[in-house]
Amino acid sequence: MARALPYLLLLPASLFLLVFFFYPFGLVVVESMTRGGEWTTENFTRMTGHWKFSTAFWNTIWLTAIVVPVQLIMALTMASLVQKLKTGRSGLLYIFAIPLGISDLAAGLVWLAIFEQSGFLNSILHAFGIIDRPQLFLGYQSLWVIFLAVVLAEIWRATAIMMVIIVAGMGLIPKEYNEAAEVFGASRWQRFTKVTLPLLRPSLQTALILRILMAFEVFAVVVALGGTTLPVLMGETFQWQFQLQDRGVAAAYAMVILGLSVAFSLVVLRLLHVPKGARI
Amino acid sequence: MAEIVIKGVAKQFGAFTALHSVDLTIHDQEFMVLLGASGCGKTTLLRIIAGLETPSQGEVWIGGRRVDHLPPRARGIAMVFQNYAVFPHLTVFENIAFGLRMAKLPQAEVTRRVTRTAELMHIEQLLKRYSGELSGGQRQRVAVARALAMEPDVILMDEPLSNLDALLRLEMRAELKGVLAASKTTTIYVTHDQVEAMSLADRISVMNGGFIVQADKPTQVYRNPAARFVGSFIGNPPMNFLPAKRGENGRWHVAGKDFDGPDVAAAEFAIRPEDMHPAKAGLEAEVRVVEPLGPHTLVTAQVAGQPFRAVLESDRAISPGEVITLAPIPDRIRWFDPETQEAIA
Ligand SMILES: Nc1ncnc2c1ncn2[C@@H]1O[C@H](COP(=O)(O)OP(=O)(O)O)[C@@H](O)[C@H]1O
Ligand SMILES: [Mg+2]
Repeated sequence: MARALPYLLLLPASLFLLVFFFYPFGLVVVESMTRGGEWTTENFTRMTGHWKFSTAFWNTIWLTAIVVPVQLIMALTMASLVQKLKTGRSGLLYIFAIPLGISDLAAGLVWLAIFEQSGFLNSILHAFGIIDRPQLFLGYQSLWVIFLAVVLAEIWRATAIMMVIIVAGMGLIPKEYNEAAEVFGASRWQRFTKVTLPLLRPSLQTALILRILMAFEVFAVVVALGGTTLPVLMGETFQWQFQLQDRGVAAAYAMVILGLSVAFSLVVLRLLHVPKGARI
Repeated sequence: MAEIVIKGVAKQFGAFTALHSVDLTIHDQEFMVLLGASGCGKTTLLRIIAGLETPSQGEVWIGGRRVDHLPPRARGIAMVFQNYAVFPHLTVFENIAFGLRMAKLPQAEVTRRVTRTAELMHIEQLLKRYSGELSGGQRQRVAVARALAMEPDVILMDEPLSNLDALLRLEMRAELKGVLAASKTTTIYVTHDQVEAMSLADRISVMNGGFIVQADKPTQVYRNPAARFVGSFIGNPPMNFLPAKRGENGRWHVAGKDFDGPDVAAAEFAIRPEDMHPAKAGLEAEVRVVEPLGPHTLVTAQVAGQPFRAVLESDRAISPGEVITLAPIPDRIRWFDPETQEAIA
């Protein structure tokens, strides 16, 4: 009985998950592979046949490939600095964490307010006399500006989540390891790469997986800043589901996002694997 | 050649003074033990020598070079940490090799030194393991091997045996002594365990409240404490102290008995528990507790209303309530100044 108790206590949550997550999830899987009640791959061929698919796919990949590494470096730098602070540490963490409290759509709108034709950026450039009339930054002629704006908004919005995880992880590393490395001749940079980073692997796994999953699902920020000018996978899922009313293709898109998420999570887990016995 | 000279080193943490002006010289190849109760500043002093802490005042010299402005790695030291600090993400081999790799030694030399020190510490069969797969004692050996592999001028050890169980501690103590003597390094060893200090040290520095009270050979520290504190801290059981009064005749009244003493106005009488034997004449002691210890018997008594302990031969039966007379060995009697607490020569 005593041994069964934890399982019993976890049962409601597990049932909830099964009913409200795995069941609909199963439906989506089935939906992506059927059309009119027949098993088929047509949803996938339709999806890949559409001209926007490859653009959306590569836009998503490129966004992730640029945003996540930049965020990782920024989060590590900020965490290292915060770690050194003697006072005001938690205050600073709260400030860094503010963007976390804002929804992604709101974050997109904040950056829209900066970049749009009547936005802050135009006002400032105009005030300094750098431009003589407001510019259209986010037009379809200048895709790369939209891309850059999305990158900035994403970095602004979601670096803090990585930083918070990394700060917590760094707090778990006893400071004797760093001191031992210092005594045995490691420079500041060597201590970071040879001691801190390897000991941080479990936290880096969490932070990276969480962040990569979020990056593959980027949507609201892109819509706010570029509408459909910059197609991404999640945006296309939305389009097929609600605009084109084709649930099958939408489900196929969802499968692609899922596939990417699983694949990259496995890569991260593999790369940052900590052998048994080598944990703190 | 690595003589360590500490000149007027002080350390404040905010308003709290952890070290008052400390002066100490540790000779080349000497085994110096810093001994004192928890919180007296031993670790702080060791970390200042290592360069992990900056002194508020004073200078640190190692091998004729002033080092207090240098980072730890430029000081020619190696350190064994209290919690070992064996890197969990590296194998035992890579742990021992860590400092050698930082110093960019060629691979052949790294392998040679790791193998040699691992053999010295009897851990050659563990080289492929991670620290999570080692016992406390084995981790301790890795930490020592890592320090020895550097072939440093100076090894600093902060309570290296305090986390081991009693039997292992005894074994490691003897082993450390042999290994360090053979390595010819200057060693500073921090401990709060006086037995460890006695058995390892060439010299002991007894610390109290951020001061070094006495730095001398173990027998000297034991036999001739420079201050009342040293007598009361070292020895198990510690020294006995009794108030004394100068009589008309110039002799000292102690618990109703006369002793020859120093020619000063005020003094306190002191004697070690084992420096007495039962006799016809002597200090009258009312026995409270008797603890047979095998070869000896520890007697806790009252002399002139003061707690008083004696370690006696176990051949004679003594029982609580009994009054015994104890004669101090004359040349083992010590006198302290009640004002300054320092020994009177
Ligand atoms: N970083 C620090 N900040 C404030 N006080 C400290 C710090 N390090 C040590 N102390 C204080 O200094 C005193 C001496 O500490 P320490 O050298 O560690 O003693 P020991 O090693 O002899 O036990 C202690 O009272 C301790 O609380
Ligand atoms: Mg200490």
